[in-house]
Amino acid sequence: MSGPNVPAEAGPPTSLIEARDVALSFGRTPALRGARLSVAAGEILAIMGPSGSGKSTLLHCLAGILTPDAGEIWFDGRRVDTMGETERSTLRRDRFGFVFQFGQLVPELTAEENVALPLLLGGSRRAAALKEARTWFERLGLDGLEERRSGELSGGQAQRIALARGLVAHPEILFADEPTGSLDSLAGEQVMDLLVAAAREQGTTVIVVTHEPRVAAYADREVIVRDGKVSSFSDAGVGA
Amino acid sequence: MSVPLTLLGLLEREPSHGYDLKRDYDAFFGRGKPLPFGQVYATLGRLARDGKVVVGESETGAGPERKRYVITEQGATEFEAWLAEPVEAQPHLQTTLFAKVVLALMLGRDAERYLDAQRAAHLRRMRELTEIKRTGGLVDALLADHGLFHLESDLRWIDLTAARLDALAEAVRS
Repeated sequence: MSGPNVPAEAGPPTSLIEARDVALSFGRTPALRGARLSVAAGEILAIMGPSGSGKSTLLHCLAGILTPDAGEIWFDGRRVDTMGETERSTLRRDRFGFVFQFGQLVPELTAEENVALPLLLGGSRRAAALKEARTWFERLGLDGLEERRSGELSGGQAQRIALARGLVAHPEILFADEPTGSLDSLAGEQVMDLLVAAAREQGTTVIVVTHEPRVAAYADREVIVRDGKVSSFSDAGVGA
Repeated sequence: MSVPLTLLGLLEREPSHGYDLKRDYDAFFGRGKPLPFGQVYATLGRLARDGKVVVGESETGAGPERKRYVITEQGATEFEAWLAEPVEAQPHLQTTLFAKVVLALMLGRDAERYLDAQRAAHLRRMRELTEIKRTGGLVDALLADHGLFHLESDLRWIDLTAARLDALAEAVRS
């Protein structure tokens, strides 16, 4: 790390992404009030907490989707919260992957086109992107579904497609917001099994927001967000 | 777990030697706590005394004499009745967890911190069980799931209690 963006107090050397005293309000409602969190490269972290505690807001700040009112977000030695929108979009496209609760597949595209989307947006040629996308279908037990559209998929299948899309570009961090929230226990378990196996295999750091302990149990560690702050208890290295 | 009834269940499958019963018990139900041979034979002895199993013909070979145990009609009836009976749904109204929270609130201690510690301990155990599921066979997964769902229900109680701590503190101090 060098240049004007070097933090005054550098985090642990293995820290890949970090939130420093992040605060954000929606109107008069504070969502985050000085949240601090540090995630190491290759780590799988679960962010837990009650509804409305600020856990999804923290995830969105870390991912550069939301801009905090105060505090700093650092990723790989670069300050994210002060970046311009174009730079942040590039960061999200090239180095981050995302999985959301309801998959959010593009309904007009086939399953394989959905998976290939991050590669296409990153400038890959269509044939190469689709070839790479297809390798994920066998890997995630989705053989035969390549041509289907989202309306022709079960919830569990759609979420596995979304997972493939989140990982296809080999992101450094996968942000997952309630990735099993719309699935039954067995389908949710399959998604988490595949998510953890794939992330470990390609060394992807995972930050998963969940209110489900069974999902959090797949992570290396968990933190609790309460009243807009990260609980220091279950993570001795961070928090107030 | 009832060892006699579990052994009866294994015998309901097929007549077996004590050694085979121990091997199958350990494989499916032992989970790191194997059944001592002494307990296997003592249990089979009691089941035979009570008419629930009979000892078949001894088999002699190069090794020690081996007895084959066979379940009786009485034993099979008892096993079927046990199998059909739902396990008592224990309400766990007097758990240590509950007592600690109430006492912490009564004494003005940091109940939230205690709940956080308990949540962390539960999640640690859930991580271990999840790893067993991910790396073990289907029977391991079945057993791990049983533990996971119980721990999860405790965690729901912990979260709900944490959300109500202020009101609970008032209630126990009034």
